[in-house]
Amino acid sequence: MGIYLPIAEISVNVFVLLAMGAAVGFLSGMFGVGGGFLITPLLIFYNIPPAIAVATGANQVIASSFSGALSHFKRGTLDFKLGGVLLAGGIVGSTAGIYVFALLRRLGQLDLFISLLYVVLLGTVGGLMLVESVNALRASRSGAAPVLKKSGQHNWIHRLPFKMRFRASKLFVSVIPVLGLGAGIGFLSSIMGVGGGFIMVPALIYLLKVPTNVVIGTSLFQIIFTSAYTTLVHATTNQTVDVILAFLLMAGGVAGAQYGAKAGQRLRGEQLRALLAMLVLAVAIRLAVDLFVTPPNLYSLSAAGLN
Amino acid sequence: MAGLRAFAAAVPLSMLFALSPATAQTPPAESIQIGLSTDAISITAGFSGADLTIFGSLENPDPLVARQGRYDVVVVLEGPPRPVVVRRKDRVLGVWINLDSETFENVPVSYSVATTRPLQDIAEPAKYKQLSLGAQNLYLKPADETDSPATIEEFTAALRERKAATGLYSENVGGVQFLSQNLFRATVRLAPNVPVGTHKARAFLFKSGMFVKESSAQLEIRKSGFEQSVFRVAHDYSFLYGVFAISLAMLTGWLGRIIFRKD
Repeated sequence: MGIYLPIAEISVNVFVLLAMGAAVGFLSGMFGVGGGFLITPLLIFYNIPPAIAVATGANQVIASSFSGALSHFKRGTLDFKLGGVLLAGGIVGSTAGIYVFALLRRLGQLDLFISLLYVVLLGTVGGLMLVESVNALRASRSGAAPVLKKSGQHNWIHRLPFKMRFRASKLFVSVIPVLGLGAGIGFLSSIMGVGGGFIMVPALIYLLKVPTNVVIGTSLFQIIFTSAYTTLVHATTNQTVDVILAFLLMAGGVAGAQYGAKAGQRLRGEQLRALLAMLVLAVAIRLAVDLFVTPPNLYSLSAAGLN
Repeated sequence: MAGLRAFAAAVPLSMLFALSPATAQTPPAESIQIGLSTDAISITAGFSGADLTIFGSLENPDPLVARQGRYDVVVVLEGPPRPVVVRRKDRVLGVWINLDSETFENVPVSYSVATTRPLQDIAEPAKYKQLSLGAQNLYLKPADETDSPATIEEFTAALRERKAATGLYSENVGGVQFLSQNLFRATVRLAPNVPVGTHKARAFLFKSGMFVKESSAQLEIRKSGFEQSVFRVAHDYSFLYGVFAISLAMLTGWLGRIIFRKD
């Protein structure tokens, strides 16, 4: 069944989009990530213009992160204060990101920049996760107890000034790295159409030493607002949010996420992380291949006079 | 050569004719008219391209010329003009990057042609250039005319090629058929990605390879009901549209949790 997307201005198949949303939702429920980093490249492979894929991806991320944050709120594993500070940074980062986005679009380098960012970030995060999870799998097979870092351990981040207390996270830390992290994620959110969970979660755990049980809820809480802000700004400055496209993805996504979460409970943590790492790397490799393979058409057309 | 002489006389005579009919001894000059059955077309959700039929008539045709088939008609449906950037990818450190570009002003977004015979059989190429008629001859004005002619040539060719590849520029040879001596029917293709806006239908009459007369009509192509409303709201009330998109996402997230809850 075909449907005409009013903003993307092309006809697409409804079932392909619902299936795409459900598949990504399943994976995001299974691994506890927003799924934006999969949705946006998938939309681009499906010939949706990158500018629309990014803005619509951000819109879709709101649905999955809102759904997830609700469950964490009910369980009390959400640090509003930490989320608020991350958000303040996120707004600044998003604003800068949108400006860079419009500039790159005018220069004709937007597609390249999006692809490069994806390849570098997904490649790095996927690679690190794969190494870590394979080591963990080996260690558990050889019977050795996993070495956990003690929460009392300090690094350079804990020596920065402007300290603030975050009760729910049992944390006393400088606001500088928190704001910086929020800004970085906001920047990526507006340029890549991702929530940034796949960077936020490891950063909160390893850099700020936030307890793992609070991390996912807080990260999702912050992502709702950053991606909502990104959606709003893309809608007003670039008019690239396609609600029909977003809705089809969300509808498939929220259904898939619940089944994915159930499937995820049957797998062990290291196995889950290894699978996620391979998935992330596969997306990165696919995008990298496109950068190096001679394109079928060297010439491309785009509307002039944007902004 | 009667045809040629008649053409040479056609333009001034038709004006004279209007002013003082008494002086006209030669037969009245040919002209062409086209009519559209509708002045607006709506694209619905399932639109996958269509054929648009345009009817037209020759006025005062010379029966001898018509019988010999020496009248030719070219019908064009031209989309709204927009500025376009053509970019060329080049390899930099193994990565394909958009490097050179050329901007063109007022490029018709779509350009579909229907003809009685192949264009090269109707008139001389120079004639088409002069009339800016046909996807290959359409004049494309570069924004920066100081660029080298070779570069402009290259990007102009690329622009035509890309437009043809996406089906936006098309040519339908034999798409214009004479139904009688006066009446003709033209079939032009509307591509699935036909742009919305004001399109211009133009008909060109040729007699023995010489251009005689042109006639035009306007056609509005718009998205039908729902798609059009979404598009309009997204552009005219972009802030509210953004707020709506966010609310829809939150509602979907909340409902999804209630309906599919597994915990």
